[in-house]
Amino acid sequence: MNTVFLTIVFLPLLGALIAGLAGTAVFRYAGSAPPAVEHADDGEGHHHAHDGPRWPMLLTTGLLIVIAVLSWYAFFDVAAGHTYRVVVAEWLRSGRLVAPWALRIDMLSAVMLVVVTTVSAVVHVYSLGYMSHDPHQPRFFAYLSFFTFAMLMLVTSDNLLQMFFGWEGVGLASYLLIGFWYTRPAANAAAIKAFVVNRVGDFGFALGIFATFAVFGSIEFTAIFEAAPAMAGKTFPFLGGEHDILTTICLLLFMGAMGKSAQFLLHTWLPDAMEGPTPVSALIHAATMVTAGVFLVARFSPFYELAPAAQNVVILIGAITAFFAATVGLVQRDIKRVIAYSTCSQLGYMFVAMGVGAYGVGMFHLFTHAFFKALLFLGAGSVIHAMSDEQDMFRMGGLFPYLKKTWFFMLVGTLALTGFPFTAGYFSKDAIIEAAFAAHSQPGMFAFWMLVIAALFTSFYSWRLMFLTFHGKSRVSRETLARVHDSPPVMILPLYVLAAGALFAGVLFAGKFIGASEAVFWGKAIYRGPHNEILHLMHETPAWAKYAATVMMAAGFATAWLFYIASPAIPEKLAEIFRPLYLFLYNKWYFDELYERIFVRPAFWLGRLLWKGGDGKVIDGFGPNGVAARVLDVTAWASRLQTGYLNHYAFAMLLGLAALVTYLMMMGG
Amino acid sequence: MIIGVEHYLTVAAILFAIGVFGIIVNRKNVIVILMSVELMLLAVNLNLVAFSGHLGDLVGQIFTMLILTVAAAEAAIGLAILVAYYRNRRSISVDDINSLKG
Repeated sequence: MNTVFLTIVFLPLLGALIAGLAGTAVFRYAGSAPPAVEHADDGEGHHHAHDGPRWPMLLTTGLLIVIAVLSWYAFFDVAAGHTYRVVVAEWLRSGRLVAPWALRIDMLSAVMLVVVTTVSAVVHVYSLGYMSHDPHQPRFFAYLSFFTFAMLMLVTSDNLLQMFFGWEGVGLASYLLIGFWYTRPAANAAAIKAFVVNRVGDFGFALGIFATFAVFGSIEFTAIFEAAPAMAGKTFPFLGGEHDILTTICLLLFMGAMGKSAQFLLHTWLPDAMEGPTPVSALIHAATMVTAGVFLVARFSPFYELAPAAQNVVILIGAITAFFAATVGLVQRDIKRVIAYSTCSQLGYMFVAMGVGAYGVGMFHLFTHAFFKALLFLGAGSVIHAMSDEQDMFRMGGLFPYLKKTWFFMLVGTLALTGFPFTAGYFSKDAIIEAAFAAHSQPGMFAFWMLVIAALFTSFYSWRLMFLTFHGKSRVSRETLARVHDSPPVMILPLYVLAAGALFAGVLFAGKFIGASEAVFWGKAIYRGPHNEILHLMHETPAWAKYAATVMMAAGFATAWLFYIASPAIPEKLAEIFRPLYLFLYNKWYFDELYERIFVRPAFWLGRLLWKGGDGKVIDGFGPNGVAARVLDVTAWASRLQTGYLNHYAFAMLLGLAALVTYLMMMGG
Repeated sequence: MIIGVEHYLTVAAILFAIGVFGIIVNRKNVIVILMSVELMLLAVNLNLVAFSGHLGDLVGQIFTMLILTVAAAEAAIGLAILVAYYRNRRSISVDDINSLKG
């Protein structure tokens, strides 16, 4: 089995290296058409396909399909009760700090393995079609495969440092892929924004790692999880107060999770990340990377279980994110942004589950969400592809007769997301809402109401997206409409996989992930404290709380139908009546503007001050430029001696001679 | 009054000083500088002859002849340079000869 895991983790790296190094070089020099030449437009809004070799793309895609199959095999093997620890090599040993490269395979990482490799394989195949007009395909596929490797490294990590390696690796891949179309200024800005905002979270994560090492003297999961109970309730002095050690570590780690998973306050980068190609949004910014934070909290369940204060913070942040992102999603016009805010909101759901101690439920939602959210993104990608890169939903509408297959996939994704009975979301999302209710704590109840309202909003904006895009009166120009066509098979076939996941993942796996035997299923991967009985309490939820989410889903559907099919005048009137509220939501609660004021402008001001004032005036002034100026002053003064008049020189010579003779006479006596 | 070696030396010193001042103070004409140089050489010659007579040593007078020769040659070369310079610059004013200025 060890070989299988090594293959799963390292094959994508191999593919990335070959496609990235050899592929791009071959592509550049062996392609029959030089890519630098602008491809002629074929009159259909598409560029001609490139003429370069296709093997780098096919290679990476093939490898990904292989490891996706292997991952499912590994998943069922681990589900049978096995756990593995594969030591690859020693990484560093410095004093007490020991960090090996090792793969920790338990149920938690096995679930992530199948999620990551399946979605990645699907996205690879889909990209073969979606990116077929792009002249830089080998680079794109190399980045995708590199991302997959980094993500697998993250989820199979055996110590915090290795996790940090994967954590930063996916961050790098995300940066590269958001900025893939590097000639677009908006893409570059979004890439930098994602990187910088993630640095804020990573700062906390790094501090958390330092704190863990300082407290436990180790960063290996097995060692620190065993030592954690002994640390419960212990405090350390800081700034005149006593702080709980585990709570502090958990909060610091959660800060990293907030950045990566785009939680409230650190969420601003995720919607902007939609500047990347749509397959990237599906893979990185919906299904896998953004769930790394959720995975982190689940992995550190032995810590969080001992730090109730940190758990409450997780609940609150998750609930606020779920609600906030859902409200913003209500009014967005860009089809991808709606799904991006939806992702943000669903991540909030997962964190609520983590916070109330229902780790299995949160992981289950992560698992199902990966399928239907990737499906929604890829479906939206097909729409955008068909519409010649139009993303504004108010310029779509009535596309159903033209995009029947895409409509079907979007419908499946929407049903799963809104929690239509017996689809994936019905099992996982509703379980989270029940868990929040069953927590019977103040933060839990707050989260419950937030999530129920967010469920209403989720249903509304999902159906709004469907109606605006596919139904109602067409707002598409005639020449665009003439070109609208369903995607080629290479972009349709992978969607069947995701659609199957979105429809059946819930029914098939609910019993294992959150059912009666879930404790056996998760084994030691998830730790639950002796007082954590959330899963038993969930079964005692009153009926009204159980069906609240389903009712909300129906209500959201009805409202969306009323607003966008029955009488499309209502939303405009509402927007006019509640204009301040509409603008507030449309501008995403003015977070970008707020951060611009609070952080960006002072940072620019400080930077300019240090640059112009500190570096320019002080260092250059007193340093190089100052010294040079003084030398010039002295030489200018000295050069005034050189009048050029012969008699002055003669006079100087005379004076010198006289002085010399006088000196000699005086000395000689 | 007996004319002693002191008188000769005094005259020579005065001549030398006039030569020096001719060089330093003069700002008009390069020829004046050449003349001043001649004057200084003459002052030196006077010293040599005076000491030669005073000490009864003929070497001083031989040196004088040597210096006269050199001075003649120097004057010739100096004037030649001057002519060449005038042809180039259309001026022999000392104030105009300042291309060495920094």
